[in-house]
Amino acid sequence: MLSIKNLQAKVEEKDIIKGLNLNIKPGEVHAIMGPNGAGKSTLGNVLSGREGYEVTGGSVEFLGKDLLDFEPEERAREGLFLAFQYPVEIPGVSNLEFLKASVDAVREHRGQDPLDSVSFLKLAREKCKAVNLDQNFLKRGVNEGFSGGEKKRNEIMQMMLLEPSLCILDETDSGLDIDALQVVADGVNSQRSVDRSFIVVTHYQRLLDYIVPDYVHVLANGRIVKSGGKELALELEEKGYSWIDEEVV
Amino acid sequence: MTEASTQTLDYASQALSLAQSVEGPEWLSGLRKDGQQSFEGHAWPTRKTEHWKYTNLSALNKQNYAQLVANDSVALTDSEAQQLYLIADLDAVQLVFVNGHFSETLSSEIDLDSVEVVRFSQADEDQRSVISDNLGQITLNEEHIFSALNAGQLDDGVLIRFLKNKKTETAIQVVHLTTAQSQSFSVNARLLVVSEAGSQGVVVESFVSDDASQTAIVNSITECRIDDNSKLFHYRLQLEQEDAIHIGGMHVQLNAGSQLESFHVGLGGKVKRVDVVVNHEGSGAHCDLKGVYLPKNSQHIDYHTCIEHKVPHCTTSEVFRGIIANQAKAVFNGRIHIHPDAQKTLAELNNRNLLLSNKAEINTKPELEIYADDVRCAHGATIAQLDDNAMNYMLSRGIGRQEAEVMMSFGFINELLNGLAHHPIQEKLRPILADLFGKDDSLTRHLL
Ligand SMILES: Nc1ncnc2c1ncn2[C@@H]1O[C@H](COP(=O)(O)OP(=O)(O)OP(=O)(O)O)[C@@H](O)[C@H]1O
Ligand SMILES: [Mg+2]
Repeated sequence: MLSIKNLQAKVEEKDIIKGLNLNIKPGEVHAIMGPNGAGKSTLGNVLSGREGYEVTGGSVEFLGKDLLDFEPEERAREGLFLAFQYPVEIPGVSNLEFLKASVDAVREHRGQDPLDSVSFLKLAREKCKAVNLDQNFLKRGVNEGFSGGEKKRNEIMQMMLLEPSLCILDETDSGLDIDALQVVADGVNSQRSVDRSFIVVTHYQRLLDYIVPDYVHVLANGRIVKSGGKELALELEEKGYSWIDEEVV
Repeated sequence: MTEASTQTLDYASQALSLAQSVEGPEWLSGLRKDGQQSFEGHAWPTRKTEHWKYTNLSALNKQNYAQLVANDSVALTDSEAQQLYLIADLDAVQLVFVNGHFSETLSSEIDLDSVEVVRFSQADEDQRSVISDNLGQITLNEEHIFSALNAGQLDDGVLIRFLKNKKTETAIQVVHLTTAQSQSFSVNARLLVVSEAGSQGVVVESFVSDDASQTAIVNSITECRIDDNSKLFHYRLQLEQEDAIHIGGMHVQLNAGSQLESFHVGLGGKVKRVDVVVNHEGSGAHCDLKGVYLPKNSQHIDYHTCIEHKVPHCTTSEVFRGIIANQAKAVFNGRIHIHPDAQKTLAELNNRNLLLSNKAEINTKPELEIYADDVRCAHGATIAQLDDNAMNYMLSRGIGRQEAEVMMSFGFINELLNGLAHHPIQEKLRPILADLFGKDDSLTRHLL
């Protein structure tokens, strides 16, 4: 699914990702944890092709293709999805028209016909329900005035609509109340399948009780410094990150 | 014929001689004479005239505007014409002028007991006295050259009088439709709105044309007297095609406790200029003024707004947004003048502009003059490109760059449309404005 080899990237002339390796097979769930400023969001941004994030070395293969060759919108159409840590507000653009444009673009890329507006509306309402968002959110501007938790649920709804192959969830659990966490986790779990993989970036092991990962990685200082099974998350929760530094050194 | 005699006269001289040949109701002749005299006293605006610096009127001199209204036939069927201005689902009646001529067939029979709507030429004695008492009192000939000219050419006009303490839900729509004619001509449009105390009403001014190249110059002046505790919703939809020349003015007197909600949309044209002047004359009045302008290609549009706070405890909220594409030019001049007596004024003006190309041009100038000390006044003008974060977000969802640009630009003005009190007007405008962005349908298919 995804093979990252010795990836290096900089932002604003500053090296952030410093030789990162990661392999993800279809159907797997990988959790990435790590201290603030380690480069977790940067990794997501680099993979999604965000402007201003410059790859200076290494390679990324996604579904057998060179991911770094693609424009950002092509990466999304190829099946890469990033749920943002801080989803952007776009006033004046309605959520519904945004979602339809997005789904149509992806469908077109897959050689499918665009959905007619009635079927799309029906589908979008279904997904709203699945993440417990009122249908009124479809009419509002994209993320405009949404609460933190509503924005996160909106991200998961988009993921459900786009049916990507690789989903990167960047702190989708932060800012969620306990019920919303359950809703989001159920949403993610319902999307798990043998040909869909997840990278779940989180600070809290609690999420991993709901979305059980196959692997847990620690990203520190631009690299994966430790990997393990789901029990690693428990260990981190207990001991923090400092002991890893010592171990690595 | 000698060369000299075929040469087109400059517009000012043409306009004056046209004015002198106007045949209108005798009781208006005094106003007409005053207008002509005042017009003669004005210097024709040039680049050196303050407030005309960025709007060049030389295009007016290139045609021979031999007559005040057109005589040719109209190449549109009635239903094609109606398509241009009718607003689906809006409870409205229409007065329609085609190339300056009143159209009996396109206009509605108006029979409402809360409002009087009448052409000046049909006014009864009582209505005549309302007209005589107010016309030229809210816009002053000596301050506005095109108001003076409009008065000088006054042959007819429309009076809308919302009656005391009555609420009129039905919108009164005044339409000026212009079509291409073999001869250039001018249209002199005059509207007087009187909202009597405690009344509420809705006025929609529509300026439309067919797609054929325009040969008209429209000079349209609207005066609104909004009496104590009354409310006026006003929409000015200027949607003519791009060869249009249109000089317009809207002049308002707000009396105590009255409210104005006014929305303007302007497409660009060869020369387009609108002055909006609001005078707070009575304490506790509120003015909500919004507008969008969207010139493209080589078009030009100029909005000059001026809010005069003359008395205490009044509020103004003004928001104008512009999207300027290709090599188009826009001018926005927003003046707020707070007189010494106008304590406790709250006034806000915000103007944002989006340039879609590096050849597009905006001249935006806020003008604040504050002579009272206990006031709150905020003022901002920005010129921006599209937001990078929003662009990134849309790309990350697979939406193509061009389509994202179109959606975001449209969103920029859609925010203002969303706030309009009358939803059918939103619905009417959205496809018209969306259409401006799409070179190709695939880019606009997701708008609305
Ligand atoms: N656009 C940018 N401009 C400047 N610096 C940036 C930019 N984006 C990221 N950085 C820097 O890169 C480093 C890594 O940031 P990143 O957001 O990837 O951390 P993170 O691991 O996601 O942290 P957190 O857990 O707090 O979300 C930080 O020092 C950050 O300040
Ligand atoms: Mg982060």
